[in-house]
Amino acid sequence: MSGKGIRIEGLRKRYGSGDTAVDALKEVNMVVAPGEVVGLIGPSGSGKSTLLKCLGAVIEPSAGTMTLGDEVIYDNEWKVKDIRALRRDKIGFVFQAPYLIPFLDVTDNVALPPMLAGVANKESRMSALALLEALDVQHRAKAMPSQLSGGEQQRVAIARGLVNRPPVILADEPTAPLDSERALAVIKILNDMAKKFETAIIVVTHDEKIIPTFKRIYHIRDGVTYEEKGEGRAFDI
Amino acid sequence: MISLAGRDILHSWGKFVFTGFGLGLLIGVTLIMAGVYRGMVDDAKVLLDNSSADLWVVQKNTLGPYAESSSIYDDEWRGIRSMPGVARTANVTYLTMQVRHGNRDVRSMISGIAAGQPGQPGWPPYLIDGRQITRGHYEAVADVATGFKLGDTLQIRRNQYKVVGLTRRMVSSNGDPMVFIPLKDAQEAQFLKDNDAILEQRRRNAQNPEFSQPGAPGLFDALNSSQTNNPYVNSVLVQVKHGSSPEEVAQAIERWKRLTVYTREEMEEILIGKMIATSAKQIGMFLAILAVVSAAIVAFIIYTLTLGKIREIAVLKLIGTRNRTIAGMILQQAIALGVIGFVVGKISATFGAPAFPKYVLLEPMDSAAGFVAVVVICILSSIIAIRAALKVDPAEAVGG
Repeated sequence: MSGKGIRIEGLRKRYGSGDTAVDALKEVNMVVAPGEVVGLIGPSGSGKSTLLKCLGAVIEPSAGTMTLGDEVIYDNEWKVKDIRALRRDKIGFVFQAPYLIPFLDVTDNVALPPMLAGVANKESRMSALALLEALDVQHRAKAMPSQLSGGEQQRVAIARGLVNRPPVILADEPTAPLDSERALAVIKILNDMAKKFETAIIVVTHDEKIIPTFKRIYHIRDGVTYEEKGEGRAFDI
Repeated sequence: MISLAGRDILHSWGKFVFTGFGLGLLIGVTLIMAGVYRGMVDDAKVLLDNSSADLWVVQKNTLGPYAESSSIYDDEWRGIRSMPGVARTANVTYLTMQVRHGNRDVRSMISGIAAGQPGQPGWPPYLIDGRQITRGHYEAVADVATGFKLGDTLQIRRNQYKVVGLTRRMVSSNGDPMVFIPLKDAQEAQFLKDNDAILEQRRRNAQNPEFSQPGAPGLFDALNSSQTNNPYVNSVLVQVKHGSSPEEVAQAIERWKRLTVYTREEMEEILIGKMIATSAKQIGMFLAILAVVSAAIVAFIIYTLTLGKIREIAVLKLIGTRNRTIAGMILQQAIALGVIGFVVGKISATFGAPAFPKYVLLEPMDSAAGFVAVVVICILSSIIAIRAALKVDPAEAVGG
C-alpha cells in the first residue's frame, strides 16, 4: 500500500485491569488500500464494535500501530495531538442509521464537517452539493432529513462521510435497515466513491446479501482478525 | 459556521415558543410583583407630593400622621404660622374608612382640609373635572379611582356629601383613593360619637359624683360640652418660605412648640422604610421564589431538550465538533428561551398591570434588570444540560 489507505498491525485493546481485565482485541491486522472496499464480519461479541471505535479514534487501543496514508497515528500511543481533528479530517463515518442532524437540511448536514474544519460556509455547501449530485440526491438538497426515504438518508450520510475527502471511511452496518435492492445500491455507491476519491472503506456488516459483493473480507473472532481472500467469489454489482 | 442553536430553534419553533410562552407568564408575574412594590413606593411619594408640604407637625414622639395616630390641637397652626421661615400652614386630618356609595362600600382615605384656596397644603393640587370645595360643609372632591362621579352623593358617618370635583392619582400610602371634605366635617367624622353614645356618656357623667360637686355647679355642663366638640387634627402641614431651610424651621418648631416635626426626607423614610418595609420583604421573598422556580423550569426544559438530542450530540462529537460549539448551542438555546419568555412576560405584564386593583408601576430599569436576571438565570440553568452534553461519548454513535 502506498500513499493513502489504512494499515493496522498488532492492534490490541484491553478493558479493565488485573483479574477483571478483558481482551476485546487480541491481534488485529488489516490493510485496506485506497479505493478498496473490504468487509469486516464477525459474530456478536467478537470485537467488531471495539475495533471500529479504535479505528475511528473514539477509544484508545492498548497496543499496536495504525497508519493512515503515510502518517502513523498510533504506535502504542496516539501520535497525533488533536484526536478530534483527526476524526474530523481523516476519518469518515457512515452508521447503521443515518443519524443526520434533524434540524439541518440535507445540504448543511453534508456541509457541516468542512464547516467545523473552518472552511467557509459557501465553499462547504458547494462541496456538499457536488457530492449530493454524485450520489444522485441533489434534488433533495433543501429537504429536511425527516422528508427523505431511508435510502436517500443513507446516501446523504455517505456524502457527509466523504465530504472532507478522508483517506478512510468506516461504515457500521450501513445496509441493515434497507431492502436488498437498496442495500446493493448503497454498496455500489460506496465502491464507486472509494474508486472516485481514492478512499479506503471498511464496512462492518452482518448483512448476508452484501457479503458476496466484497472482494476481500476480514473475519474477526475473539478479538483476532483473519483475512479471507475472496478472489473470484465476489460478484459484480 | 452556521448557528446550530438557531437552526434547532427554527426547526422546533413550536416547542420553543410554547415553552417560552409558559415561562413568559411566570416572568410576567415576576415583573408585576416588582411593579406592585414600585407602585407602593410611588403611592407613598405621591401622597407626600400631593400634600404640598415641606414639614409635617405631629403629636410629640409619634410617627404620625400616616404611620401612627397623632392628635394635636387645631389652633396650633397659628403659633406655627408665626414662626420664622414658615410661609403657610394648614390643619389636616386623615381617616381611612369604608365610604358608602349606593349599594357598595369604597375603601378610601378621607382627608379633612382647612378652608382656603388651591395651593394650600393638604388641598388636591389639581382637578380633572368639577371644582374645589367652596362651602364649609357637605362637599367632597374624590379621586376617580373611587368610582364616584360629579354630583354623586356619598355618606361618611352620619352626613351625606355631594361630589363637586374629581381628581386623579390622589392615594394613601396603602393605595386607597382619597376623598377630600371640609376640615370641620372631617373632625366630626373622626372623633365625634353618634347620638346614642353621647347620651350614654352623659348618663354616666351624671352618675359620677366627681362631676356633680356642690362647689362646682358648672362642671357637669362644661364636661358635656367638651365631649361634643373636637379640637384635634392629625397634623399641621407647613410650607417654608423660599430660601429657608426646612431642617432649621423644623428644629425651631420642635423646640418652641414641643411637637414632633418631620421633613420630606424623614417622612419618606417613615413611609417607605417603615410602613412598607415588611411588604417589600414579602415581595422580595416572592421574587426570590419566582426566580428559583423560573431557573428550575428553564433548567428542566433545556436539560430535557438536550437529553432528546444525545444521539445527535454524539454524532456531532464524532465528526469533530468542538465541546465549546456544543456548549454554545445549548447556551444559546437557553438564552433564546429566556428572551422569548422575557418578551412574552413584558407584554403580559404591560397589558395585565392596569387590571390590578392597586397601582402597579413598571419601571424601565426594573425591566432591564429583569432581562439581565433572566439571561443570567438561563445561563446558570443551562450548566446542567451542558455538563450532560459534554459527558456524551462520541462512541455512542458507533455500534453497540
